[in-house]
Amino acid sequence: MTPFQFSTVQELVEKASYEGTTISQIVAQWEVETSNLSREKIFEKMSNNWKVMKKSIEEGLQKEGQTMGGLVNKAAAHMYNAILTGIVPQDRLSKTIYKALAVAEFNASMGCIVAAPTGGSCGIIPAVLSTAQEEYNFNDEQIVWSLFTAAGIGLVIAEKASVSGAEGGCQAECGSAAAMAAAALVELLGGPPQKVATAAALALKNALGLVCDPVGGLVEVPCIKRNSFLAVNSLVAADLAMAGIPSLIPIDEVITAMGEIGRALPESLRERAQGGLAATPTGKKYKNE
Amino acid sequence: MIGVFYVSERGMKMSVFDILGPVMVGPSSSHTAGAVNIGRVARQVFGEKPDKAEITLYGSFADTYKGHGTDRALVAGIMGFKTDDPRIKDALAIADEEGLLIHFSTSKEGTYHPNTVRIKLSNKFQSSEIVGVSIGGGRVRIREVDKFKVDISGIYNTLLCSYPDQMGVIAKVSEILASEKINIATMSVSRDKTYQIALMVVEVDGELPDQAVNQIKAMPYFDTVKAIRKIEL
Ligand code: SF4
Repeated sequence: MTPFQFSTVQELVEKASYEGTTISQIVAQWEVETSNLSREKIFEKMSNNWKVMKKSIEEGLQKEGQTMGGLVNKAAAHMYNAILTGIVPQDRLSKTIYKALAVAEFNASMGCIVAAPTGGSCGIIPAVLSTAQEEYNFNDEQIVWSLFTAAGIGLVIAEKASVSGAEGGCQAECGSAAAMAAAALVELLGGPPQKVATAAALALKNALGLVCDPVGGLVEVPCIKRNSFLAVNSLVAADLAMAGIPSLIPIDEVITAMGEIGRALPESLRERAQGGLAATPTGKKYKNE
Repeated sequence: MIGVFYVSERGMKMSVFDILGPVMVGPSSSHTAGAVNIGRVARQVFGEKPDKAEITLYGSFADTYKGHGTDRALVAGIMGFKTDDPRIKDALAIADEEGLLIHFSTSKEGTYHPNTVRIKLSNKFQSSEIVGVSIGGGRVRIREVDKFKVDISGIYNTLLCSYPDQMGVIAKVSEILASEKINIATMSVSRDKTYQIALMVVEVDGELPDQAVNQIKAMPYFDTVKAIRKIEL
């Protein structure tokens, strides 16, 4: 029997719907068939990713001092304190924000993280899923399965467009992470495969055109705060999809559009630290430091 | 099972763990994790503990190495640390303690890729030099070994054999690998400028047991034979 292959999200949706299962199960099965690893082994590897993600939230929140480039100083801790003291309301939104900051800041401080899909965008998926775990009491096993759904969306994006800021701008990094997080969240919330795809489409649409212009070439500004913005973007996308609001443009077409936009971006806005925020008078001060 | 199906533009099979992973010390998969991996290969090409590392950074590596911890990452790799080792952050201090002398310089010369580094390792007895590039996601390519042009991905167990150029050597090596049931993934030979010395690079699927390496070492052709263990991405 020829194992199942996929190159579009639609194929994942159809197969999962036909078999009455979830996209995560289809993606996990595909990984087993193409990797020579057992189902237990790949689940264990993904569980380890989840463990590192959770740890990076905790450690990122507790970490002392500035980031490596010194452009961000304990943003997550500030946000967390604002929640504790009631300056900002304690809800799904504020939790997602501080968690995304924690992971992204930890990354910029040489902490241990899971590239998801990259180092620059590593805070989005952990923040969305950890907050979901807190709010809805999902167990670790449920979350780990949802990571396969996120990865399935990411695989299609990597194949059809890109998940690298140097190739496609930040839409390819943080935009992809947001689409992946939104998809995972909808699956956790019990949304059918079609809604999972819708959430990914909505999240990615709203990140189209996002350029990569990191100040000083470092993964700090705008990257760290962008992780919290794009994590919240995933929440909105998941809510819209769960409410049954469709995306006019299907996910696979959004992905193709993202790839085209990425190729159309000038080099200076693809991680060269030569345009955008990096080229502002203030941004330039941090060049080659 | 029939082959491999999901292949990226670069012709590599992709896995869910290429998308969610690697587990790595940040901040950048290309400037930090990739740098660790290049350092790891450099150490294995050298083959033993070096006393001294001379490191030249090019392109984006030269511009942004401090803020990305590329310097610490390279040194961590040279000491054999993996990309998720929390000691990476303190690698420079650890190298100092262990008596590993490090010298960094930057160069504006054009080279293979925006993220390129040249690493020369030495001790009292020998020295070796590699040029590596970091192509994203922690993946790397080694483009030079001791001035020979090569293209090594590091994701396979790899054999490096240098020898005075002569006919028939490739066939003999393939024979031994086949008899040990080792499948060759890629094989290439490059020669130095004088066309007298050749470097054979063999990337193999699966393991590269010592037994096979020792058989090849025992052959009468080679100046050096080195086995490089694959990088776990
Ligand atoms: S701005 Fe660039 S470096 Fe920063 S997260 Fe986005 S893609 Fe990565």
